Amino acid sequence: MKIQGKSASGGIAVARVRYVAKREPIKKLIVSDPDKEIQRFDIARNQAADQLAQLVISTRATLGEENSKLFEIHQMMLEDLDYLDAITSKLQEEKVCAEYAVQETAEEFVSMFAQLNDDYMKARAADIRDISERLLDILTDRISHVFDTNEPVIMAAEDFVPSQTARFDRSKVLGLITKGGSENSHTAIFARTMGIPAVIGLKESLTEVWDGQLAAVDGSTGEVILNPDEQETAEFQKRKQKELFQKNELETLRGKPTITKNGKTIKLYANIGCVADAAVAMENDAEGIGLFRSEFLYLESQDYPTEEVQFKAYKAVAETLAGRPVIIRTLDIGADKQAAYFDLEEEENPAMGMRAIRICLTRPEVFKTQLRAIYRASAYGRLMIMFPMITSLWELRKGKSIASQVREELRQEGIAYDSDLPIGIMIETPAAAVISDLLAQEADFFSLGTNDLTQYTLAVDRQNHSLEQFCDTHHDAVLRLIRITVENAHKNGIWAGICGELAADSELLKFFLEIGVDELSVAPSQVLGLRKKIVELNL
Amino acid sequence: MKTISYIITDELGIHARPAGMIAKLAKGYKSEIKIGTSNKMADASRVIGIMSLCMKQGDEIIVTVDGEDEGEAAEAISALLKDNL
Repeated sequence: MKIQGKSASGGIAVARVRYVAKREPIKKLIVSDPDKEIQRFDIARNQAADQLAQLVISTRATLGEENSKLFEIHQMMLEDLDYLDAITSKLQEEKVCAEYAVQETAEEFVSMFAQLNDDYMKARAADIRDISERLLDILTDRISHVFDTNEPVIMAAEDFVPSQTARFDRSKVLGLITKGGSENSHTAIFARTMGIPAVIGLKESLTEVWDGQLAAVDGSTGEVILNPDEQETAEFQKRKQKELFQKNELETLRGKPTITKNGKTIKLYANIGCVADAAVAMENDAEGIGLFRSEFLYLESQDYPTEEVQFKAYKAVAETLAGRPVIIRTLDIGADKQAAYFDLEEEENPAMGMRAIRICLTRPEVFKTQLRAIYRASAYGRLMIMFPMITSLWELRKGKSIASQVREELRQEGIAYDSDLPIGIMIETPAAAVISDLLAQEADFFSLGTNDLTQYTLAVDRQNHSLEQFCDTHHDAVLRLIRITVENAHKNGIWAGICGELAADSELLKFFLEIGVDELSVAPSQVLGLRKKIVELNL
Repeated sequence: MKTISYIITDELGIHARPAGMIAKLAKGYKSEIKIGTSNKMADASRVIGIMSLCMKQGDEIIVTVDGEDEGEAAEAISALLKDNL
């Protein structure tokens, strides 16, 4: 039997179905002691809050910061007075048991959200259901072992709440199918992040009868076949092979040089934003780190990170890269990235204000701490330093002179460092691009930060979404500045790369190679895909 | 009583996170703070209530602050709106 659902997460899965039945509805029970029920509910609520705090932490580790924010919203909803008042008033006035009060309140709020004239808000009904299920599990002592499985399965249900999906073991849960659901739901987003094929909206075709039967799921087309016959199984296996082949095709590029058909080699690096990303970059075979955003050290901290803390982070990345180059961008705080302890004055126009190298040159003691940490770590790998937001020659000179003071101090203290460590700059202001002939005489390399370069060249605030039509990232003005910068770099015998978002722009790839860009630095997950495009290119 | 009016520029409108931020902030003041549009107002300390207003990009939102710390509260709300929406 073949059923058409909606695609929510791509991929092929063939396995037995595990149908997770809906909880039996809770019957209305009138109690003699309502205070006792209020107390039971309060205990359950505290326990649920503790579980959510845990879930935020574990999800951050498995699915990333962005996805973990959902459970922060659950924490807030669990504290919402409308929700809590609705429950307590049922307990006090109707004298019902706590389970029933939660169930009824959940229904009221779910239908309230479902009626809203807005897809995003409609999907929030899942969040109400999620926190309510959590409370009910605690109140009824239901252990959620239904989701634990030792054999590969396709999980099926009316719908899964996000906190259930977040807990799935991806080596056992091969696919997800649901009766209802929305492709914008967090369950769908989590499935995509975890790489689990998912088909939703199977409606009434999907029932408890499916439990234990074999199903074939194509998450890309939304097709689900219950008890596939030989021919259908073969067809799905073929699709699975094709999928593997495409993945393997990228795999074959692992360890291969990034070279065009006509023999032009380019350095293909990755951008990272924390120590853990370094391993991901290596897994994806990045040839180096083109941009290590050091600001996470400052943003995650309540006070200036010490030299020791920074040294450990830089050393860990240097060692993980095992001799491949790592370009550390020095402190790039200010504008949209704020850390309270810097105590920066509020500005009318922060994008053009006290940020990045400007802070470093104004507060050399902060800068020195970072440079000392980088130089000390340079003894453990191949590090490079890159100054952000340069507009004038004197800034580069001043930065280099502080770096040389740091080297001198380390030398006197007898601490090891790489004395040939290159110092380059970001070209992300039109000023820097225009005087790149002068800067190239004193910098060891250039890296084009195309996001800021676009914003400053076109005078378009990239945080303002209403300006989208004016923010043409392929604007001739930006492309000309890139060309000038690369030409000036080569005239002076230094290399020039791109570490902004444009580096992964396949429409511009040919242009970049033609003008002689030496390095491209992209998100770790884009490395192999970009290598494939480059090796297929004939200039 | 203080009244703030603000046009939402964020493309997502007042979705769950900013709603949570507003509620958290409003809970911290003694003043009675209401938020909404010309049609419907909600208690700003209640996250679900704020979300159910479905306020979108381009909508004009109105915040009223009434109470002993209204000056301070209005300033804080105003800054939050400007920074996040």
